[in-house]
Amino acid sequence: MAYHEIIVAGFGGQGVMSIGTTMAETAMAQGLNVSWLPSYGPEMRGGTANCNVVIADTEIISPIVLEPSELIAMNQPSLDKFEPAVKPGGLILVNQSIVERKVQRDDVQAIYVPSLEIASELGNMRVANMTMLGAYIEATKYLKFETVVDILRNIFTGKKAHLVELNEVALQRGADCVNR
Amino acid sequence: MAKELWKGNEAIAEAAIRAGCRCYFGYPITPQSEIPEYMSLHMPKVGGVFLQSESEIAAINMVYGASGAGARVMTSSSSPGVSLKQEGISYMCGAELPGVIVNVMRGGPGLGTIQPAQGDYFQATRGGGNGDYRLIVFAPANIQEVVDLMQEAFELADQYRMPVMMLLDGMIGQMMEPIEWKKPPVSPDDLPEKPWATTGTKEGRAPNIINSLFIDPEACNVHNKRLEEKYRRVIESEQRYETNDTDGAEVIFVAYGTPARLARAAAGLLEKEGIKAGVFRPVTVWPYPYEALHEVSLQDSVKAIVTVEMSTGQMVDDVRIGVNGVKPVSFIGQAGGVIPTPREVANAALKALGR
Repeated sequence: MAYHEIIVAGFGGQGVMSIGTTMAETAMAQGLNVSWLPSYGPEMRGGTANCNVVIADTEIISPIVLEPSELIAMNQPSLDKFEPAVKPGGLILVNQSIVERKVQRDDVQAIYVPSLEIASELGNMRVANMTMLGAYIEATKYLKFETVVDILRNIFTGKKAHLVELNEVALQRGADCVNR
Repeated sequence: MAKELWKGNEAIAEAAIRAGCRCYFGYPITPQSEIPEYMSLHMPKVGGVFLQSESEIAAINMVYGASGAGARVMTSSSSPGVSLKQEGISYMCGAELPGVIVNVMRGGPGLGTIQPAQGDYFQATRGGGNGDYRLIVFAPANIQEVVDLMQEAFELADQYRMPVMMLLDGMIGQMMEPIEWKKPPVSPDDLPEKPWATTGTKEGRAPNIINSLFIDPEACNVHNKRLEEKYRRVIESEQRYETNDTDGAEVIFVAYGTPARLARAAAGLLEKEGIKAGVFRPVTVWPYPYEALHEVSLQDSVKAIVTVEMSTGQMVDDVRIGVNGVKPVSFIGQAGGVIPTPREVANAALKALGR
């Protein structure tokens, strides 16, 4: 039985919500049950934002994630806020580019992704979030890389179709950070 | 059919269009603004009307007018905005006009907060407007149920000639889940005739009159008795509820909307501690499934009934009516946009069981 409870958190504008929706779309395409719950309110206007994603092969009871099995922390306040809540044995993915500290807990797995450096090398800062998603997929191994790319193909169409390849490379570069 | 990922607010708007609704009047307010946003984009594509009114009061009166003219029509808002609509809802009930009102509840009273809450239960089920009236009130707990019930809401509104309310909380409005469109889209052209509507006589028939004024007390009494008879038929035919693991349970949680999901998570925690807990979830909060709740409560195994709400305790009154003293009823809730945790809910059950 798979039951993943994920928090994706960061500043508004970092693509936090779209990491979550891409995960949810991918999981749904793989026949899994999903829920996606955004934070909404004043914090979205320039402050921190987060979304709760639950992915399971059984029925999803509550869409609210209090103790994530996986945390994607896109900035320092998100790591500070949610690190203590992660389940023992869980996973924390850290956006190494702007988070200044390491994960303090020793009962969770930590993976560091230099998302902005990778995005800068790829020439488009907006794919930084996809590096985090790529690392997540590689580390957890239940979402299929090809399915994510299919989902991106549905999102980027027409004039934006060329962005699929760029995002695919960003996903792969993120995935490469896992086994370094 | 393939599943699609939909946000609650957008799904409810699309479900309305698929139900043949071609008139939307409303005013933006968090956490339901995706409904008017979606309508503004999609109503024109199907030849419908989207109108952002100057106020919530104007919007509900536009609903009254369009409904009187025979249209499938809706409005939506969130708590403070729905308060402003109460006069118009009372008038619609008095004039026996169908229509669908969506309330995506936030914390109150007054402006309160924009976070999810359930403090409008009394207003929805007891009537926030004047007079002896009732609304059919659906309280979905997931997005599939949101779209299924939204399509049904329009049918029941027309069938009984009364407004139907969709009572959601902000979380159901904001979250995304996979859904299937189970029913084919309805064309407004295929809807049953409304011979009572003010569609123009073309001098071929006597004029229809739509009015809630019955100045003669005898006539107003007869009108009220007729409404009462209609509401009795609704009570007989339209009660909906769902149970999870209530057979042989020691404790029964009663909750609607988001708290019903939290209650199920709490039941899971209790199961690990060796306590069998079930969830009774009203899907219609008016008419309330009193008898079904009573039946569940009568089981020998049941020691405690725990009501869970995102309010300081409103539906618990209906739970007490349903249980009618056969088992102790207690309450756990948080209000003002705070959502109770499954642990808190489970602890409330332990307390109720004296453990």
